[in-house]
Amino acid sequence: MTAFGKLIRTTAFRLTLVYLFLFALFAASLLGYFAWNTRRMINEQITATVNAEIAEIETIYERRGLQGLALTLGRRTLRPGANLYLVTTPAGTAFGGNVESLSPGVMASSGWSETAYRRLDEQDTAHHRALVRVTQLNNGFRLLVGRDLEERRRMFGIVANAAQWSLLVVIVLGLGGGIFVARRVLHRIDAMTGTTQRIMAGDLTGRLPVGRSGDELDRLAENLNAMLERIEALMTGLKEVSDNIAHDLKTPLTRLRNRAEEALASSGSEAEYRAALERTIEESDGLIRTFNALLMIARAESGQARGNMDDFDAADVAKGIHELYEPLAEDDGLTLRVKAASAALHGNRELISQALANLVENAIKYGKPDPTVQPLDAGVAARSREILIESRREGDSVLLSVTDHGRGIPEGDRKHAVERFVRLEASRTLPGSGLGLSLASAVATLHGGELRLGDAHPGLIATLAIPARAASGDRLAAQTPDVPQKVA
Amino acid sequence: MRLLIIEDDRESADYLVKAFREVGYIADLASDGEEGLSLADSGDYDVLVVDRMLPKRDGLSLIGSLREKGNRTPVLILSALGQVDDRIKGLRAGGDDYLPKPYSFAELLARVEVLSRRHGGPAEETTYKVGDLELDRLSHRVARGKDELTLQPREFRLLEYLMKHAGQVVTRTMLLENVWDYHFDPQTNVIDVHISRLRSKIDKGFERPLLHTIRGAGYMIRDGIR
Repeated sequence: MTAFGKLIRTTAFRLTLVYLFLFALFAASLLGYFAWNTRRMINEQITATVNAEIAEIETIYERRGLQGLALTLGRRTLRPGANLYLVTTPAGTAFGGNVESLSPGVMASSGWSETAYRRLDEQDTAHHRALVRVTQLNNGFRLLVGRDLEERRRMFGIVANAAQWSLLVVIVLGLGGGIFVARRVLHRIDAMTGTTQRIMAGDLTGRLPVGRSGDELDRLAENLNAMLERIEALMTGLKEVSDNIAHDLKTPLTRLRNRAEEALASSGSEAEYRAALERTIEESDGLIRTFNALLMIARAESGQARGNMDDFDAADVAKGIHELYEPLAEDDGLTLRVKAASAALHGNRELISQALANLVENAIKYGKPDPTVQPLDAGVAARSREILIESRREGDSVLLSVTDHGRGIPEGDRKHAVERFVRLEASRTLPGSGLGLSLASAVATLHGGELRLGDAHPGLIATLAIPARAASGDRLAAQTPDVPQKVA
Repeated sequence: MRLLIIEDDRESADYLVKAFREVGYIADLASDGEEGLSLADSGDYDVLVVDRMLPKRDGLSLIGSLREKGNRTPVLILSALGQVDDRIKGLRAGGDDYLPKPYSFAELLARVEVLSRRHGGPAEETTYKVGDLELDRLSHRVARGKDELTLQPREFRLLEYLMKHAGQVVTRTMLLENVWDYHFDPQTNVIDVHISRLRSKIDKGFERPLLHTIRGAGYMIRDGIR
C-alpha cells in the first residue's frame, strides 16, 4: 500500500471527508436561503414602486386627460434610472413612453408579468428583462409600468460568487486539516505497529510509546503496556517452570537410562537382570505419576476441570480421606484424627479429595515431631504425634485443613513451597514428586479459593479455603467442548 | 476367551495381542474405528479393548453405535486422556472400565478378567466362600472356620470385593476405585496398609493363607495353589 493510500484509508481522513460534505451542504443552504430572500425583497420593492406609479398616473389621466398623461410620461421618462412606461391606443399603437419593444402579448393581458424589452433611448442591443404591470385605462388606452431586473441579476451574481469561493475554501481547509490529522494519527499508529512487531519477533521487553496528551491512543497504549507487563511476567514464570520440569523429569530419566546401561554392561545373572528391570519399571511408574500430577495441575489451572461439579458435604470428604489414611499414619507411629463439621460445598469432589489426600500425605511424610526437641511430658508427646483433619464452615468459606506438629514450614518459605517441584531442603531426602502442595493450591484456585499455610506452633496447618458457592452453574457452561486429539 | 483389541498404534497393538495370547486368550486386532465396529458387531467377543483416539471413527462413538445396536459386550477403554472427567465421559459413553495410558499389562489383564467374568457370569450371590472363609453380604457376617471375625465396615467391603473376584488378580487401583471410589493415584502405599490389616484379621493364626500378594500386579484371594 502506498503512503497516500494508507493516508486516505485512515479513520481520521474519512471522518474529515464526512465533515467536509456536511459543511459544504450547510454553506450551500445558507447562501441559497440568502439568495431566495433577497429576490423576494427586491420583487416586493418593485411591486410597491410600480403600484404607486400606476396609481399616480391613473389619477393624472382622470384629472387632465390624454394631454396630461403625455406630459407626465414625457417628464418621467427623462429622469435618470427611470422606470419603463408605455401607453397604447385602443388600436394597439404606441402613444407615449420609453419602450421600443416587448415580448409579444404582454400588452394584451392585464396584471403582472416578466418580459424581455428594449428602451427607445438605448443604443445597445443587449436583452434586458423587466417586471411589468399592465392596466386598462378608460376609452381603450392601456398603461404599462415596469422596472428593470438588472439589480436582481447582479445580486444573484454576488451570491453565486460567494458560494463558489466559500466552497473552495471549505474544501481546501477541510482536505488540508484531514491530511494533517490523519498523518499525525498514522504516525503514532505506525510507531505502535513497529513496537508490536518487535515484540512479536520475541523482544518482550518492548513497550508502546505513550504521549502526554492522555487521549484515547495514549490510554490504549497504557493498557497494552500493562498487558505486555503481565504477559512478560507469565512468560518468565513459564520459563522457570519448564526449567524445573526439565530438571525434575530429566533426573529420573537419566537414572533410568544409567541403570539400564549398567545392567546391559554387566554380565549378571538372570536374577540381577530381573531386579534391574523391576527397578526400571518402578522408576518409570514414578515418572508417570509426576507427569500425571503435572497434567492435572495444568488442567486445574487452566480451568478445564470445571466439569463434574456437584454438591456434597466437606465432612464426607474429610471422613473419607481419614478412613483411607488412618492405617498408614498408624504404621508410621502417628495418630490421624478427624473433626468433621458438616459444610455444604459445590465443586469437583474427586479433585478436592485428592488435594486433601495430598495434604495428609505431606503431613504423614513431614509431620513427625522434631527429635531434637524433648517433649515436656507424655501428654504433649502424644499430641505432637497427632495429625488432625478438619472440615468446617467459616463465614462464606468452607475450610478443609490438615494440622501436623512436625517442623512446619518457616514463614518465608511458605509462598515458595506451593510452587511446582519445590521441595524444601529439609525434605530432599524423602521420596515424592514435590507437586503435592502445587496440586492442592491449583485445585483451590480452580474453585475460586486458595491454599493457606499457617503455623501450628510447632507444625504446619495447611488449609483449603473454598468459597461456599464456588463455581456456579454458568461457569460450568464455559467449559471447552471435548475434542479428542491424537497425542503424538 | 475371545478378545478384540481396537488400537491404531501398531507396536502397542502387537504387544497386546502377543501378551494376551501368551496367557491363553484368543485376541483379534482392528486398527481403525470402522474396522473395529464391524468386527465387534459381527464377532462374538467376551471383552473389547478400545483405544479412545482412533482413525476414521473415535472410540467413544464406536461404543455408542455398539450400544445403540443392543450389543452389550463389556468394553475397556484405553486412553492417553487420563483425567477424572475424561474417565467419566468414557464411562458415560457406554464403556465399562477406563484405563489411562501408560498402563501395566498386569493391570490391564486383571481388569479384562474381571470384565469377562461379569459378562455372562453367575448372578451376584449373597454369600461368598473361599476355602473355609465365608462372607454373608446380607447379615454382614464374616467367619473363618468356626471363628467369627469382626471387621470394620471398610474392611468388610474390601474383603467383599476381593471375594467377589476370588481367583482373579485385583490391582491396587481397582481396589481404590471400587472400594473407596477414588480415582487418583496416591503417592504412598495406602492400599497395602489396608490389605495387611485385613490379612492380619483373616489369615493370622491360620495354617493356610488365603489372601495372596501377586508381585508386580496386586492381590488375589484363593484357596490353595491352583
